[in-house]
Amino acid sequence: MCLLARRVITCHGEQIVAEDRKAKNEEGNVSCIANLDPTHGQEILEAGDAAGSPATTSAVLTKRPGAASEAELIERVLKGDDEAFRELVRPCEHAVFMATQVILNNEADAEDAAQEAVLKAFTNLAKFRGDSKFSTWLIRIATNEALMKLRKQRHQKLHDSLDEQRDGEEGDYVPRDFADWREIPSEALQKKELRQALSRALTSLTRKHRDVFVLRDVQHFSIEETANLLGIRKSAVKTRLLRARLQMRDALAPGIDGSWSAGRAEYQQVRPW
Amino acid sequence: MVVEISCEEVWREISKYLDGEISEEMRARMEEHFKGCKHCTAVLDGTRNVVRLVGDARAFELPAGFSNRLYLKLNRRLGKDR
Repeated sequence: MCLLARRVITCHGEQIVAEDRKAKNEEGNVSCIANLDPTHGQEILEAGDAAGSPATTSAVLTKRPGAASEAELIERVLKGDDEAFRELVRPCEHAVFMATQVILNNEADAEDAAQEAVLKAFTNLAKFRGDSKFSTWLIRIATNEALMKLRKQRHQKLHDSLDEQRDGEEGDYVPRDFADWREIPSEALQKKELRQALSRALTSLTRKHRDVFVLRDVQHFSIEETANLLGIRKSAVKTRLLRARLQMRDALAPGIDGSWSAGRAEYQQVRPW
Repeated sequence: MVVEISCEEVWREISKYLDGEISEEMRARMEEHFKGCKHCTAVLDGTRNVVRLVGDARAFELPAGFSNRLYLKLNRRLGKDR
């Protein structure tokens, strides 16, 4: 059993630290990474895990205010109060969508997977025992949904992957901008312009680079786990990750002219946040 | 004495440097290089900054109408199941 990932998810106004732990199957492959725990999420695990290897996830909550009201809401849902389920889901919408979007990188697909996850949560709610937050459980289901969809897409895009193989090995990527980096603080993520710039930069990557970058840097999976999920070698993960990171950096650089002074018009044009 | 390393080699290793996936010897060579190379330092700072930003939960926003569509679908399911 090993620690695969530790994520910080914001939901219900709280920061939730979720730790994914999983045992590998005999071949050393990890085919399912998202599950709340072996008891509550068993059905969902089986649906998403082709190899059927045992998995467990422990959710560690840094703060759990309102736990009683969540339990009350669940009880009301189980007694037939539909509105209570909406109340339960509403604060998690963003985190659920983010969990699917970062894996699928397509709004329509991500929304579809998020909706399916919510419906599955509703169907399986009676199996949720409340050992952890409902939001954590729901996000695990959403991640599973997105990964299943990704696997299907990969299967369907066999021709794409053959084209990629024909591309052969990549040459070195040379960064385009060398001006001193003016750090973008995390607080700037509150600005829509920066979030849009990140999405644009992500979209500018090729599919194979984006897949690696998202799993490794957005979802915080290890290099080995990323390789297993995508069915590629660890060396390929590292090569693609390097290019993706450098391309993302160039996409967010303020410009070749080095207009780094925040007060200058050129800087404002490129980095309005 | 640390063996010098070129900018091109630094770029090739910079991602692994951030992930701590390089040998101590390579790390020492790169850190020595960063001391005297503003360009590579800028590449390192920017790459590290980008990795931190995209790993932040706030980096992606909800599409317009997401909630409405979600509850519409949910209502349909609730109507069937109840």
